[in-house]
Amino acid sequence: MSAAPATDGRDARTAWLLTAPALMLFVGVLVIPLAMTVMLSFHDWGQYKGIEPVFILKNWHEVATDPYFAEMFWRTFRIALLTTLITAVLGAPEAYILNRMSGRWKSFFLLVILGPLLISVVARTLGWALLFGGNNGLVNKLLMSLGLIGSPLPFMFTETGIVIALAHVMMPFMVLSVWAALQRVDPQIENAALSLGAGPFTIIRRIVLPQIMPGVLSGAIIVFSLSASAFATPAIIGGRRLKVAATLAYDEFLNTLNWPLGAAVAVLLLVALVLIVVGSNALIERRYAEVFR
Amino acid sequence: MSFLELDRVAKQFGAQTVVDDFSLTVGKGEFVSFLGPSGCGKTTTLQMIAGFLDPTRGAIRLEGHDLTVVQPAKRGLGIVFQSYALFPHMTAAENVAFGLEMRRVPRSECSERVRATLAMVGLAGYEERYPRRMSGGQQQRVALARALVIRPSVLLLDEPLSNLDAKLREEMQIELRQIQRNLGTTTILVTHDQNEAMSLSDRIVVMSQGRIEQIGTPQETYERPASAFVSQFLGKTNDFAATIDRTATPGQLIAGSWSAPAPAGLAGPVTVSIRPERIGFGDAGLAAKIVTRIFQGNHWLFQCESECGAVIVIRQNDGQPQPAEGEAVRLAWRPEDMSLRRAGGAA
Repeated sequence: MSAAPATDGRDARTAWLLTAPALMLFVGVLVIPLAMTVMLSFHDWGQYKGIEPVFILKNWHEVATDPYFAEMFWRTFRIALLTTLITAVLGAPEAYILNRMSGRWKSFFLLVILGPLLISVVARTLGWALLFGGNNGLVNKLLMSLGLIGSPLPFMFTETGIVIALAHVMMPFMVLSVWAALQRVDPQIENAALSLGAGPFTIIRRIVLPQIMPGVLSGAIIVFSLSASAFATPAIIGGRRLKVAATLAYDEFLNTLNWPLGAAVAVLLLVALVLIVVGSNALIERRYAEVFR
Repeated sequence: MSFLELDRVAKQFGAQTVVDDFSLTVGKGEFVSFLGPSGCGKTTTLQMIAGFLDPTRGAIRLEGHDLTVVQPAKRGLGIVFQSYALFPHMTAAENVAFGLEMRRVPRSECSERVRATLAMVGLAGYEERYPRRMSGGQQQRVALARALVIRPSVLLLDEPLSNLDAKLREEMQIELRQIQRNLGTTTILVTHDQNEAMSLSDRIVVMSQGRIEQIGTPQETYERPASAFVSQFLGKTNDFAATIDRTATPGQLIAGSWSAPAPAGLAGPVTVSIRPERIGFGDAGLAAKIVTRIFQGNHWLFQCESECGAVIVIRQNDGQPQPAEGEAVRLAWRPEDMSLRRAGGAA
């Protein structure tokens, strides 16, 4: 590619011109509001004076020192991590089995798995709330009639409940991600391992799993970041009693009306997520660079 | 003598019969090719030997023992796949070592055998490479080493060379044959490439539509094709219609105004089949006119129009002057170079 400088300049101008609409939209609806939120987190707020556009670290100091916020954030990431683990442990085998199914069954079960994406998050989570519903919930009744538990388990307003509902919501993302990785696996490779004397368990562990691991990990990144920033599910299952970062920010904005503090929480959640996602992505890329390119 | 035996093996998928009545005995150390167009059932047969598919009918025996009751993982066969099916997350050495690990071969012996086998296929020094960093030919060699390192009783090759370019394929053919000879491993090759089958095999099994058309040495199948399919599939051939008149003595083979003494046996309408390189230009014979003349380096290719239809003639480029386009010629051949079949049927 050896273009003369003159045409180079024009090419660059054309490129800028062509991307301008998308870029302006991006700046207008994402960069500016985000910058304003960051600015907001440095403003002052008082019960009677409202928001004062000054530059102070009061909100950040409060978020950093008050153990209440630390608890919220730990809970948020604990829930996200557990959800990610559950989707990985259930979703990866699910994708593998799905991939081995034939024709009609495959499309049917793919639809079942993608089903949650077709229903509103709120409707889905309310469905879970009905299933959990206190001591007389369907899930508890079922578990008790099966003799698995003696007394009803608390699902509503607990982390367990949030994790279960989130795992259901997030499952399609994990399954699709692993599914995409499975498409790149040579269909003869299991036969190759079989002919060399490997048993079914060894084939999964030594041959299939290492090859779909990048899919599992990228699925995990998606699920983790979506779970950590999820709002509807924790809001309905956890309610006011069990807050996570997203519902906390919401409450600061709309109930306490302390916008600057809510902004600080939101920005902190964003920064933490970006760091986690970028960090683990870099780690994954370095780990698998040799093998997958 | 029989080492691997397939006895009336058949495979059906639903109502469709993919392989039918396949019987073959393979001697120890023999190199046998399954040759046929795609969809003729050759790969299905190979997969039944490997154990990836179960035969619907028939038996497969290895050294007299029923192979179909043995798990594929326990059959101890080496397989090279068309796509190579290398493990992309393992280095060349790890790929080759996998089969030995599964056999719990001690570590020191394992690494020695891996090193020796990679050296044998010409990949010494490539132990730590990942498959995606290797060329197609190198990947092919790793796949071969991986199949051979376990010292398989039978080596199964499923179109192993079809993804290589022509020059590399020729090199690999020669190398594959040498390695096979040196090790004495009984080998079955599945291919649709007649040149590959002929240059590598001791015997060729020509297949069509799930059935065996002919089993024979490369020369036998080429020189004495058992059916029209075999003669068409293996190399170029000229077929034309003729009749044998038994009322005259001796019997006459007649095609248009051309006639020759008829060999014993057949009578009535027949198909005459002659290889293009066996036809010469002479003073007497079938009258024809040269339509096109193509120079192909070591030989000339003539397309002639005779009264029995189009005939292809191949002449060695031996420096002799050759007839020009449009020239009238006489096509002649020795009687033993011609094969006769009852018209429309098998020989």
